[in-house]
Amino acid sequence: MALEKITRVAGRAVNVPGNDIDTDRIIPARFMKCVTFDGLGEYLFYDMRRNADGSEKAHPLNEQRHKGASILLSGVNFGCGSSREHAPQALQKYGIRAVIAEGFAEIFLGNSTTLGMPCVAAGREDIARIAAAVDRDPGTEVVIDLVGSRATFAGQSIPVSIRESARDALVKGMWDPIGELIEGAGAAGRVASGLPYMSA
Amino acid sequence: MPKTLFEKVWDAHSVRRLANGQTQLLVGTHLIHEVTSPQAFGMMRDLGLKVAMPHRTFATVDHIVPTDQVSEPYADPLADAMIKELRRSCAEFGITFFDRSTGKQGIVHIVGPEQGITQPGTTIACGDSHTSTHGAFGAIAFGIGTTQIRDVLATQTMALGRLKVRRVEVNGRLRPGVYAKDVILHIICSLGVNGGTGYAYEYAGEVFDRFSMEERMTVCNMSIEGGARAGYVNPDETTFAYLKGRPYSPKGAAWDAAVARWRAVASDAGCAYDDVVRIDAADIAPTVTWGINPGQGIPITGIVPDPAKAATVDERSSIEEALAYMKLLPGAPIKGTKIDVAFLGSCTNGRLSDFQEVARYLKGRRVAPGIKAIAVPGSQGVGLLCEELGIDKVFRDAGFEWRNAGCSMCLAMNPDKLVGDQLCASSSNRNFKGRQGSPTGRTILMSPIMVAAAAVTGSVADAREVFGVNAN
Repeated sequence: MALEKITRVAGRAVNVPGNDIDTDRIIPARFMKCVTFDGLGEYLFYDMRRNADGSEKAHPLNEQRHKGASILLSGVNFGCGSSREHAPQALQKYGIRAVIAEGFAEIFLGNSTTLGMPCVAAGREDIARIAAAVDRDPGTEVVIDLVGSRATFAGQSIPVSIRESARDALVKGMWDPIGELIEGAGAAGRVASGLPYMSA
Repeated sequence: MPKTLFEKVWDAHSVRRLANGQTQLLVGTHLIHEVTSPQAFGMMRDLGLKVAMPHRTFATVDHIVPTDQVSEPYADPLADAMIKELRRSCAEFGITFFDRSTGKQGIVHIVGPEQGITQPGTTIACGDSHTSTHGAFGAIAFGIGTTQIRDVLATQTMALGRLKVRRVEVNGRLRPGVYAKDVILHIICSLGVNGGTGYAYEYAGEVFDRFSMEERMTVCNMSIEGGARAGYVNPDETTFAYLKGRPYSPKGAAWDAAVARWRAVASDAGCAYDDVVRIDAADIAPTVTWGINPGQGIPITGIVPDPAKAATVDERSSIEEALAYMKLLPGAPIKGTKIDVAFLGSCTNGRLSDFQEVARYLKGRRVAPGIKAIAVPGSQGVGLLCEELGIDKVFRDAGFEWRNAGCSMCLAMNPDKLVGDQLCASSSNRNFKGRQGSPTGRTILMSPIMVAAAAVTGSVADAREVFGVNAN
C-alpha cells in the first residue's frame, strides 16, 4: 500500500490549553454510536465547545480567526483515557493534521500515528511561544519538520521530539502497518502453531 | 537468565521485527464489542480481507445495550443499528458472538474470564482500554484502536513497541473496609495518571497473593488510568482454581499440561525490572475521588485540596479546574457531600463478589429518599448467579433498581445517564468531565461498599461507620 511519506506538516495552529485532556473530552461517548467514522469532526470537543442547548461557548475552535487551523497545541498527557480511535479520527476529520503537546497518552499516540497524524512533543515554554505567535497573528504558518525535529513559526524555531518508531513509520510512508503485517502472515502462523492455546 | 512474565509472553508471541523497530506481535486472543469494531469490519470489506483466525476472536455486546429493556428493536435506533451490525459482521466473518440469546452476554472484560477464554501466558487485545483487566490471569492484555482491530482481524498480529516493566508491590495487610478498588485508586494517586506511560505494571506482594481473581481483575482493570497500557499478576493456584472447569478452559490431560505451562510463565525469582515501587498495605484507606481524573483522590476521612496550597502552578490550575467542575469547596471534608445517584457495576466492579460483599451489609437497609440507585451486573452470568443466591432481592428490597448486564452508566452510551449536574457515587473507573452522560454530570469513584454507603445515607460516607465493615 503506497502511503504518503509524512516528513513535514505545515499549517495554521490553534491552542487548546490544558493538561490531561481525555478522550471523553475530545469526543464524548454519546457521539460514538455510529458504524463509520464519517461526520465525527463535527463533534470534536463537543462539550467544551457547546452548551447543552447547542449554542457555542467560548472556545478556541469556535473563534472565526482559528477556522481552518490544522495543527493543535495542548498540554501534558493529551488523549488520556479510552482507546477509542474515534478521538484521533474526530481530530483528523475536523481537519487537524498534527498535534504538538507537552506529552501524549500511549494508546492515543499509537492510534494517531496509524492514521498518519503526527503527535510531537515540545516543551511548555516553546508551545507557549507558538501560541503567542498564533494569538498575535492567527495566520502564522507553523511548520513541523519531522526529519529535523524542529517546528518553525514567525521566524522562530523550537525543538520537537517524536517517538522514533512513529517518526520512522511516518517519514517512510509506512504508518499504516497492514501491508507489512500481511507480509508476516506466514511467520505468524508458524508462531501460532507452537502455542497450544491457539490451536485448541 | 531469569525473565519477567512480560518478557516470556512477549518473546513467545513475537513474530518478527518491523522496519520501524516495532514488533509484529501475535495476538492470541482477540475480543471485540459493538462500538469500536464496526469500522474495522468496514475496512476489511473495503480491502477485501478475510479474518485470519476467526476462532481466536470472540464478540459480545456491552456498551450500548439498554439495561432495562431486553427486546429488540431498541428504542435508540443508533444502538439498534450497532448490535445488528455486529451480529451481521460476526456471521459474515465466522466469529463467535456471545449475543444476548446465548445467556453469555456481558461486559467484554467480564465475559472473557467467566468463559475461561482469558488464560495465563497469552496475549489479548481488544478495542477497549480496560482490556488490561485480563492481566489478572498473567496474560499480557492491552487496549487497541479500530485500525489495529482491523490488523488483528486480518493477520492475528499487530505492530507494537515493547513495554518496560514496573513491579508494584503491596505488602502487609489491608485495613478493615479497604478493598481492591482502594488499592488501585491509591496506586494511581501515588504514581500519577501518566506515571505508567511506557510501562506494563506487574502487581505483586502479599496483598495480591491473597487476593481473589476478581480482586486482581479490579486492580488490573484500572492500570490504564495510571497511564500503564497493561497490568498483570503472576498466575498461581488461585488463578488455576478459578479457571478449572470453565467452558473454554483446557480439559483432561490438556488441563495438566496447561497448568504446567502457566506455572512456568510466572516471573522468575531474581528477574530484573525496569522499576520497582513498594507500597505498605496499611497506608491504604478507603479512597474516593474529588476531581476529574482518577488520580485526584483522597482517603474518605480527607479534605478537598486547596489550590492555594498546591506545590506547583500546574497542580494549582488542575485543582482549580476540577473544583470548579465538581462544585466542591477547598478544605471541605469529602465525607458528607450530597449525592444524587449511586451506580454499582462496570468492568471494574460488576462481578459476583462485588454484589455479594455489598449484599452482606445492605440487607435490611434502605436507599435514602431521593437517591436513584442502580445495580448493573457485569454479565448475564453474574446476574443469574446473583439471582440464584437471592442477592438481587437484597438490592431490590433496599431500593436499588436491579438491571440487565452491560456497561451502563460507566460511560452512558445507553439510556443510563446522569442528568444535569447530578453527582454520582460510582464503582466505575473514570470521573472525566461528562463521562456519565451529562456534559455537567459529576462522578466520585469509590469501591462498591462505599457506593452502597453513599446510597443509604444520601451522601459520600465512610462504609466502615455506616455498615461497621470489618472485612479483610
